[in-house]
Amino acid sequence: MAEATASNHESEHQTTTGLNHRKILMWVFLGSDCMFFATLIATYLVYKGKSLSGPMPLDVFSIPVTTVSTFVLLMSSMSMVLAYAALRKGSLKGYRTWILSTVILGSTFLGFQTFEFYEFANHHVHIDCINPVDLTDYEQGLFDKNCKDGVDHYDAQHGLTPKTNLFGTTFFVLTGLHGTHVTIGVIWLMSLFLYSFKKGGVTPERHLDTDLAALYWHFVDVVWIVIFAVVYLFGVFEGFPS
Amino acid sequence: MPTINRQFAKYSFVLLAGIILALIFGCTNDHPQSPFDAVGPVSESQALIFYIISYAGIVVFVIVMALLAYFTFKYRKRSENEGDPEQIHGNSTFEIAWTVIPALLLIAVAVPTINSLWDTTVSPEPDALVVRVTGNQWWFRFDIPELGVVTANELHIPVGEVINIELDSKDVIHSFWVPKLAGKVDMIPNNENTMWFQSNEEGIFYGQCAEFCGESHALMRFKVVVESRKEFDAWVASQLLDAIKPSDPLSQQGHDLFMSSEAGCYACHTIRGSQKAYGEVGPELTHFASRLHMLSGIMDNTHENLISWLTDPDEVKPGNIMSKNASVYNDPDKVLSDPEITALAAYLRSLK
Amino acid sequence: MTTLLIPMIKRPLHPTGIWNWITTIDHKKIGLLYGATAFINFLIGGIEAILIRAQLSGSNADIITPEVYNQLFTMHGTTMIFLAIMPLSAAFFNYLIPLQIGARDVAFPRLNAFSYWVFLAGTIILHSSWLFGSAPNSGWFSYAPLTSVAYNPGHGMDFWIVGLQVLGIASLAASFNFIVTIINMRAPGMTLMRMPLFTWMTFITAILLVLAFPVITVALIELMFDRSFGTNFFFAPAGADPVLWQHLFWVFGHPEVYILILPAMGIVSEILPTFSKKPLFGYSTVILAGAIIAFMGWLVWSHHMFTVGLGPIPNSVFTITTMAIAIPTGIKIFNWIFTMWKGSITFSTPMLYAIGFIVTFTIGGISGVMHAMSSSDAQQQDTYFVVAHFHYVLFGGAMMGIFGGLYYWFPKFSGRMFSEKLGKVQFFLLFIGQNITFFPMHFVGMDGMPRRIYTYSGEMGWTALNALETSGSILVVISVLLFLHNIVKSWRSGEEAPGDPWDARTLEWSISSPPPEYNFEVIPEVHTVDEWWARKRGLLGEQSPSVGSNEKGEIHLPQPSFWPLVSAIGIFIGGYGLIYSYPVAIVGLVIMMVGVYSWSFEPVNDPD
Repeated sequence: MAEATASNHESEHQTTTGLNHRKILMWVFLGSDCMFFATLIATYLVYKGKSLSGPMPLDVFSIPVTTVSTFVLLMSSMSMVLAYAALRKGSLKGYRTWILSTVILGSTFLGFQTFEFYEFANHHVHIDCINPVDLTDYEQGLFDKNCKDGVDHYDAQHGLTPKTNLFGTTFFVLTGLHGTHVTIGVIWLMSLFLYSFKKGGVTPERHLDTDLAALYWHFVDVVWIVIFAVVYLFGVFEGFPS
Repeated sequence: MPTINRQFAKYSFVLLAGIILALIFGCTNDHPQSPFDAVGPVSESQALIFYIISYAGIVVFVIVMALLAYFTFKYRKRSENEGDPEQIHGNSTFEIAWTVIPALLLIAVAVPTINSLWDTTVSPEPDALVVRVTGNQWWFRFDIPELGVVTANELHIPVGEVINIELDSKDVIHSFWVPKLAGKVDMIPNNENTMWFQSNEEGIFYGQCAEFCGESHALMRFKVVVESRKEFDAWVASQLLDAIKPSDPLSQQGHDLFMSSEAGCYACHTIRGSQKAYGEVGPELTHFASRLHMLSGIMDNTHENLISWLTDPDEVKPGNIMSKNASVYNDPDKVLSDPEITALAAYLRSLK
Repeated sequence: MTTLLIPMIKRPLHPTGIWNWITTIDHKKIGLLYGATAFINFLIGGIEAILIRAQLSGSNADIITPEVYNQLFTMHGTTMIFLAIMPLSAAFFNYLIPLQIGARDVAFPRLNAFSYWVFLAGTIILHSSWLFGSAPNSGWFSYAPLTSVAYNPGHGMDFWIVGLQVLGIASLAASFNFIVTIINMRAPGMTLMRMPLFTWMTFITAILLVLAFPVITVALIELMFDRSFGTNFFFAPAGADPVLWQHLFWVFGHPEVYILILPAMGIVSEILPTFSKKPLFGYSTVILAGAIIAFMGWLVWSHHMFTVGLGPIPNSVFTITTMAIAIPTGIKIFNWIFTMWKGSITFSTPMLYAIGFIVTFTIGGISGVMHAMSSSDAQQQDTYFVVAHFHYVLFGGAMMGIFGGLYYWFPKFSGRMFSEKLGKVQFFLLFIGQNITFFPMHFVGMDGMPRRIYTYSGEMGWTALNALETSGSILVVISVLLFLHNIVKSWRSGEEAPGDPWDARTLEWSISSPPPEYNFEVIPEVHTVDEWWARKRGLLGEQSPSVGSNEKGEIHLPQPSFWPLVSAIGIFIGGYGLIYSYPVAIVGLVIMMVGVYSWSFEPVNDPD
């Protein structure tokens, strides 16, 4: 992506379509990146429900937590829009405020993801043998196996890593590569933020630099919405195709 | 340029000679693994489709090449002062013609193809004899579950009967192919593939793994022995017997070596009726000597071949698991002596 | 902070000698670099092929070991596809696209240089696997699970994975560049339906590439994670289905086939009109057929998998879609032939190649339809029949087109004429040699010879034809050496070439040979397809443009830069890091980041 920030020189020339070269480049790149995520999501769906052993999505997902992190990422898209609007209006101060907000929100999302990965890897099962409620299939299995007479509860370490099963493999690689995209975006926006302190570095005339970063950022957000729906929501709600 | 023309004539002759030679070689009958001379309904149906599309293809090719040759000859530039030809940009009628005619031709060949596809894929008798084939690097294991037969690399089937094949693999992807009986179907871990065939002729038919499966892929072959129902029943009965006990001192010595922890052969091979040889890593050997060929069909089952295999398996079939994992081959201190190899061979050759 | 990121190294404003080539961002020089590197790769792939043919020349031959044989056919396929044909096409894209659309350079000259250097990095990584003792050995499509650590220890497959990913970066960057260039840098008046055919085919190829490469990238990432981190993508004991790899590979792989052939089709579509003195027959039909082929290319991937056991329904569907693709292909062939109809044909070497292309490509096309018949394909799949088919399409198709293009544009590249006599002899040698090599493969295939076997026994009856094939391959070798001789000798001391030696039709012939650094003194205005022909023949009437002149001082060309090379070096080091040591990979990443940042802050033009 960084090569896209090459220069503004081309925009001085007239182009066939009237659009800037870099803008078209960005769209072509995003088209290509769509295929990248489409392939990853396809792999995830092909292997959905095919894991031979747990944990399954139901065992580890915490929809409230991921909903919050999704919300954070969506908000970052909004602050990105505000940053760009501020730049177009010539308010460098507003630009810095909003772009820093975007960086912070993006980093918060990454923090959530790290936390989530850590939680999954150290997933813990606690089964109340006396009064079992809402057991998942996997917990039911553990219950049947371990809750014998005289045992009142059963605790087990039951982490999910990329090596654990097909779910772990496809989940971590899909969300991890999305996280990599977010990280690149955060670095890019941070670079713009720092560059705005250089005189003439970020100006309303050179709004395209920010426009491209914004385009990328929104794309990464949209991809997350798809992942959130396909992986998380379809993964836990009954009635969705599995 | 006369030189060019002369050279051209010369090379055309070479080309023509080459093609004629190719056709001659291609049409001789001595091809044990050719899908032509099909002996069963599946391979016959596939060969028919091949002939249909081949002849259609040759006709199309001749027409296109005739057109090409005619145009290049007719419209060659004849003199240096020749003016520009008419600048023709296209012709809708022509273009519609060469869109529609090929389309019709393709529809015409698609119908028999898809018919044949279903016929050759879906077994006409789902309840017929089932043979389970398991691919291993680099040999085939054959199970006939309903008869309890287990063997390797040499499958016997009765003539004139539908055989249903179930395909599986223990390691990488292989492909099961007996050209004169049926086209290939891949053997893939976690995929329950099936196929069927039937042979209307008795004889020994060649098969070979058709999907690249590692170092000795080229040496992963097998044979299908098609025989009368009576011979087949006799074969099954003989296969169900336990292994023959060694009857002479040499094969007794080989037997003892086979079952010893020094050689450790028993850990990977099954010899039914023995005390401990029930390993399943390598081919089943209970009736090894009853097979015509050894080592997945790459050589005749002779004493000399067996000696060379047991002396240096990696030379005969590079990369095989036995030469890598058996201590008598990977540990220089445990190498088998020549007399030991002779004894082992004698024992194996006694397992009728 | 930001000042730290501004490069400390002085920009090479007027480099000379070798630095001129290392820092160049001129599309023509980059095109020549691509061409030279790719041709060397073609020779390396050829040596691999000759060793394969030597081993197969007789039954039970013992010239090379099975392991080396397996590495040879894997690297032969990988080299020819990714390191020879694709970059040879890229050489033409680079050199010709700006010339054909009337532009002074590509849209992103430094990205273009970056593409080349990354391609070179991928080339070196892949070839160097021989020196590190284990070349990839699972075939060019490397079916899982043979590629897993359990069945494939050693670093061979890692070289393959990393090499292809690095090449993928190069191809993607180049394709982004060409798409933007073609969309956005056409000369005034050059509408899409006035673009030369080669530009059109390049455009379609680039779009295919941009959409297909991410798929193989993901497959390679999955395979790499399986090998390096123990994930389960293709690990059967965890319930994985190894067929997933085949789907991912061929969803990429079939568009890839068209990525290989469409540029050659574009080249032939330029040569035939020039030497027939007629416009291409059915210009818009040929473009439409190309677009349909590209689109249909996404709907046929499972015809590579007819024996996988997908069942009769998918196999029927893919039979029909695959047969359907023969229709636009046939349209192209007939349009090419009818371009010659009522023409005035001269048989220069490029024209011989174009005609030879039609002959051999038609054979490959027909055997392709034979493979579409899923019923009988069960007998042909994975035999030498397939090997014959794709060599007719890739050698008889793509390489014949590329050879034709090399001769056709050689005067433009070098400013010299080649020896017609040698060229013709070379053509006939190659044409005859390849037919003797590949035609008998149809027969050995149908005699039951599987592909990828390092030995076969005499009783199979394959020996004579294999010996014939090997003798044919010697003719191919001689002809390629003759080609090299012709090119090198002509480049040094050939007759000087005029701007338009063939009385051709498109804009690249309107300027001198070789073109000046800025290509066009005045950006031409375009009024029609075959603009240059129309101008020469005065067909434009009143609106006929006068050839104006422009002070060269007004032409601003982008300046050379180190940073594409630095970024590529980072990727190169990072590649070896991924194979051998992750800390080294991080070093590579850092170098790449330095390159990319410095590049971002370097303007296209510095004040002189």
